[in-house]
Amino acid sequence: MSLLELKNVYKIYGELHALDNVSLKVEKGEWVSIMGPSGSGKSTMMNIIGCMDKPTKGEVLLDGVDISRESARNLTTIRRDKIGLIFQQFHLVNYLTALENVMLAQYYHSMPDEKEALEALDRVGLADRAGHLPSQLSGGEQQRVCVARALINYPEIILADEPTGNLDEANEEIVVDLFHKLHNEGTTLIVVTHDPEVAEVAQRTLVLRSGRLAKEIVNENFTGKIHFDESEGFRKEEVKAANGIQQPEAPQKSGKKKGGKK
Amino acid sequence: MFWRMIRGTLVRQWKKMLMIAFTIALGASLASAMLSVMLDVGDKVNQELKTYGANITVVPKSASVLSDLYEVEGGQTGAYLQEDELGKIKTIFWAFNIVDYAPFLDVNVTADDGTQIRCVGSWFNHHMELPTGEQLDAGITSLRSWWEIKSGAWLDEQTAGDSAQLCMVGSALAEKYGLTAGSTIHLTGEMSDQTLTVAGVFDAGGEEDDQIFAPLNTVQAFAGLDGKIDSIEVSALTTPDNELAERAAKDPGSLTVSQYETWYCTCYVSSICYQIQEVITDSVASAVRQVADSEGAILDKTKLLMALITILSLIGAALGICNLVTASVMERSSEIGLMKAIGAQNGIISGLVLTEIFITAIFGGLLGFAAGFGFAQIIGHTVFGSAITMKPMVIPIVAILVVLVTLAGSIPAIRMLLHLRPAEVLHGGH
Repeated sequence: MSLLELKNVYKIYGELHALDNVSLKVEKGEWVSIMGPSGSGKSTMMNIIGCMDKPTKGEVLLDGVDISRESARNLTTIRRDKIGLIFQQFHLVNYLTALENVMLAQYYHSMPDEKEALEALDRVGLADRAGHLPSQLSGGEQQRVCVARALINYPEIILADEPTGNLDEANEEIVVDLFHKLHNEGTTLIVVTHDPEVAEVAQRTLVLRSGRLAKEIVNENFTGKIHFDESEGFRKEEVKAANGIQQPEAPQKSGKKKGGKK
Repeated sequence: MFWRMIRGTLVRQWKKMLMIAFTIALGASLASAMLSVMLDVGDKVNQELKTYGANITVVPKSASVLSDLYEVEGGQTGAYLQEDELGKIKTIFWAFNIVDYAPFLDVNVTADDGTQIRCVGSWFNHHMELPTGEQLDAGITSLRSWWEIKSGAWLDEQTAGDSAQLCMVGSALAEKYGLTAGSTIHLTGEMSDQTLTVAGVFDAGGEEDDQIFAPLNTVQAFAGLDGKIDSIEVSALTTPDNELAERAAKDPGSLTVSQYETWYCTCYVSSICYQIQEVITDSVASAVRQVADSEGAILDKTKLLMALITILSLIGAALGICNLVTASVMERSSEIGLMKAIGAQNGIISGLVLTEIFITAIFGGLLGFAAGFGFAQIIGHTVFGSAITMKPMVIPIVAILVVLVTLAGSIPAIRMLLHLRPAEVLHGGH
């Protein structure tokens, strides 16, 4: 049984078919990218998979349960227990520290556990920034706090909506590496992105156009390669480079610059 | 975590929370001031109205019957009340509500030019030491406080002594005889004649302006009616009549035992009249209906006005809170959306927002209550010339009103919060 299955899903707003007869399956442990131009229905699909919206028609089976007919209250519970969300705009509570932001997800799930939250931050290389407020963190660091928050309750699926959309290249690489790590640990990842570079590292890429599934690309070269040291977490040089700290020996990529340090 | 978030919001949105606290303080201050005045205004208005005269008259029973039958004024029927029973009025169940009273004895005397003049004997500022140990200064000095003294001063019984033959003369009569303070007038009564010195000339704006007012014993001596009076005017603090009081006034015997007890132990004008009749032999006490009725009407209208001010101020506060809380929730929509997205149920988020508002409301409410107490004193001193007693029941009433207003003001924001969809605030649907 697939972890997630969409069967003939429609989402209709008046005359607009945001999703038009979409069917797909995502297996447990799979890494899937969803691409498409603006207005193609990516975020609508994210909202439906993330239990934040319901389809107009069709079935959405998550772990065998049809979530398209559940009440808002049940959807919140399912979202809390099974889904970890990562947003383009990070959406951290700005008066809580990085650690408290992670603990917030624990608080709504069960009980806040500071040790466990600190471990989650350590996994994303931010244990030493646990007491910092979001305003004291760079964009990349904020996104990594989001990843830690999404991971903390051991969800079935991590749903990431343009997770690198507001990051510079170095931070983008760190986040993508983090996804590799999560994937290697068996986490199911669904990443919505505009960025072909981010999309192509996934096992499979689904291309949406005008609400329809236009193309499915299987990455035959998927290696599951990760750029960090398993025993030490992130390499310090990489983190510093991502934060804009000059490291002459650190490799510098040329090209795009989307966000930058906050 | 809950309290950490509360603290975070209160600190981060302190300006908005201060505005909410100020709005609540404003509503609470007006509510507590108005409620304090409203609960105390009965006594205050009664006291004010007492300055406009008595609200109960007591006459001999036979005079009352004749008065009812032929509309004859009491005092001309040959029936009298006993002066020595006057102290008993301060021994009735509602003795503390009797604020003033004075006996009257009307006699006709003749001036030296042969003109008949009506001479009224009464108390001016008669000092009494009651069997209960209470001391009382009663008389027309306070009962006719609206009289304007044109010349001299009020006759002071306590300093003048019994031998001083003093009187007060109405302005019309004084003008006729060219009397001023210190003048003398010789009067002849049925049994004796006396020369009285004018202590003061008054203008009452009525028939009293053609009369002479003298101490009771002086007038009793004119007519040879020692110890006799023909009426008593009583000023009492009363509560407005209701259906029970009206029924009892007609016939107390028609009441059941419990109704009788309720009526007897409530300071209706009819129950005070009844109790006066019980202690003054062969008397009939009746309400001066016009005054009693207008007292009740004024009191009711004053209370209604204050209740309306309270309600309007609370509605205003609720609208203010509504705007501010809604703005606060809108400002935090992405934070609330995030909470929902990571698994917070509506109840938890509503609880969080309401807790923040109620903490602010407690602060504002306490501030408002203190300010309201101050406003009440200003109103008391400005309008009634005395302090307002803060009744303990104002505290729970204001607390309940603050809770209700805060809840009512928060409803639109909570509704908005409940309908807020995380998908819309965290990323718009594409």
